[in-house]
Amino acid sequence: MKVKQLSIFMENRAGRLAEVVRLLGEAKVNIRALSLADTSDFGILRLIVNDVEKAISTLRGSNHTVSVTEVVAVEVPDKPGGLASVLDPLSASGVNVEYMYAFVEKATDKAVVIFRFEDAEAALKVLAKAGISVLPAETVYTL
Amino acid sequence: MIFDKKMECMDRGELRRIQGERLKDAVRRAYDNVPFYRRKLDEHGVKPEDIRSLNDIEKLPFTMKDDFRQNYPFGLFAVPMREIVRVHASSGTTGKPTVVGYTKEDVGIWADTCARTLGCGGGTAEDVVQVAYGYGLFTGGLGMHYGGERLGATVVPMSGGNTKKQLMLMEDFGTTLLCCTPSYSLQVAEEADAEGIDLRKLKLRVGYFGAEPWTEAMRRQIEQRMPLKAIDIYGLSEVIGPGVASECLEQNGLHVFEDHYYPEIIDPETGKALGPGEKGELVFTCLTKRATPLLRYRTRDISVLYEDACPCGRTSRRMQRVTGRTDDMLIIRGVNVFPSQIEHLLMEVEGVEPHYVIVVDKTGALDELEIKVEVSESLFSDEIKKLEALQKRIFDEVRSALGITAKITLVEPRTIERGLGKAKRVIDVRDIK
Repeated sequence: MKVKQLSIFMENRAGRLAEVVRLLGEAKVNIRALSLADTSDFGILRLIVNDVEKAISTLRGSNHTVSVTEVVAVEVPDKPGGLASVLDPLSASGVNVEYMYAFVEKATDKAVVIFRFEDAEAALKVLAKAGISVLPAETVYTL
Repeated sequence: MIFDKKMECMDRGELRRIQGERLKDAVRRAYDNVPFYRRKLDEHGVKPEDIRSLNDIEKLPFTMKDDFRQNYPFGLFAVPMREIVRVHASSGTTGKPTVVGYTKEDVGIWADTCARTLGCGGGTAEDVVQVAYGYGLFTGGLGMHYGGERLGATVVPMSGGNTKKQLMLMEDFGTTLLCCTPSYSLQVAEEADAEGIDLRKLKLRVGYFGAEPWTEAMRRQIEQRMPLKAIDIYGLSEVIGPGVASECLEQNGLHVFEDHYYPEIIDPETGKALGPGEKGELVFTCLTKRATPLLRYRTRDISVLYEDACPCGRTSRRMQRVTGRTDDMLIIRGVNVFPSQIEHLLMEVEGVEPHYVIVVDKTGALDELEIKVEVSESLFSDEIKKLEALQKRIFDEVRSALGITAKITLVEPRTIERGLGKAKRVIDVRDIK
């Protein structure tokens, strides 16, 4: 149920993001989802891609610092209150979200939310109990 | 194994008396035979007869590295060329090399003190010594080579480089003692990993590492990766080469072979002699060397001398591992800072050899120190707060150890320039403005 997300260390200066996405493009790696967290000095680029191994070898080959983090992808109805319906049971059970980001699926009425939980196992149990559908990794890579 | 029990374990009073006698002789020889020393002592208003005991050493002027350059190539020799049996030279990155000569007698003294060095780490005639220091003008290779032979050990004169072959000989010849630079020992360990050689199956017992500054953290790393005790050895060609001082198996300071090479610690700013336990610049006087006498040579290495007894039984003073060089010293807001101290702190925080650069700048009248650290995968975290905690940890370490605040900047790998030889660790922008 867990999805592999790439995290890349980046200095906060012009052209760094452009270089990473260019490298991935040249390697024919397709980016499914993306988020950027930053401070004034540096940032962390978080990516979900169609080919994790290829993306890692491409980036490491160009001396980028890359790590793999396991995240959970949840399908949320694309309508007002959709996200709240997922977060409510989580907060009621005391499950902590480290960070999250969302994107809208093409050609469906669903949105996908990527979660990084402090305790992924506990979160998956809560989601299952609440009847919220968690997307399998393969589905996310090929969205 | 104590190679020369008589000299190495001598009563300190008796040792001082012998040192005093030898000093008088050394000053006389330098004054009578080297025009440079005669002129220098005359200018300083000192005559050889003013040196009556060891206490008078402070009356002598210092000798500097530049004096070697000014007298290139043979101007500092005190004996005719027919008595010189060997010359060595240190690489001159900033001018002409520093040339030193040896008489037959000097080569013998040198071999003795290198044999003492090997003995300090427990070496005996039973050992197989692989010398992986470079042979040639550099003193490292031949110095330890002669020391090994003097000890009666089996010497494998492998010289530096060719790591695959180094490993092959270690396996096939049953090498027990390894002499090389500390960084090269890590290269050997890496090559062994790559070749699938289990170093624990080798007979390696002791490594004699020197010729470059290293840290305690690096020692731990080497001892973890190689099945040996890593001994810090010290020497410089101006004094004689390797064999000036060596740690014993206590690994607590380097015994100086001070019956030949007399050490002092001075304040690098004022030139005033400092006492035991005080940190300053290391100065050496060669008491016995014939070809190139050396009076109060300023090494520019920073150390401390200790006089307390060592459990190994040697009575010589011990010098602390060299923690920096006076010419590397940065003065940040009046605080003396050595890049090696920062390297050591980073190593403690990261657990591995760090890639970093120190940038010194000025904002108004105030010096600013910035330490740029490359974020390797072992340091990287997917979470901003953990990276910020890393920055803070380095900041706190620097502040508590050095008493200064530094800006810690995390940078991408390979953004810090790597030279072919030594990495450039300090960028002092203050010089440029």
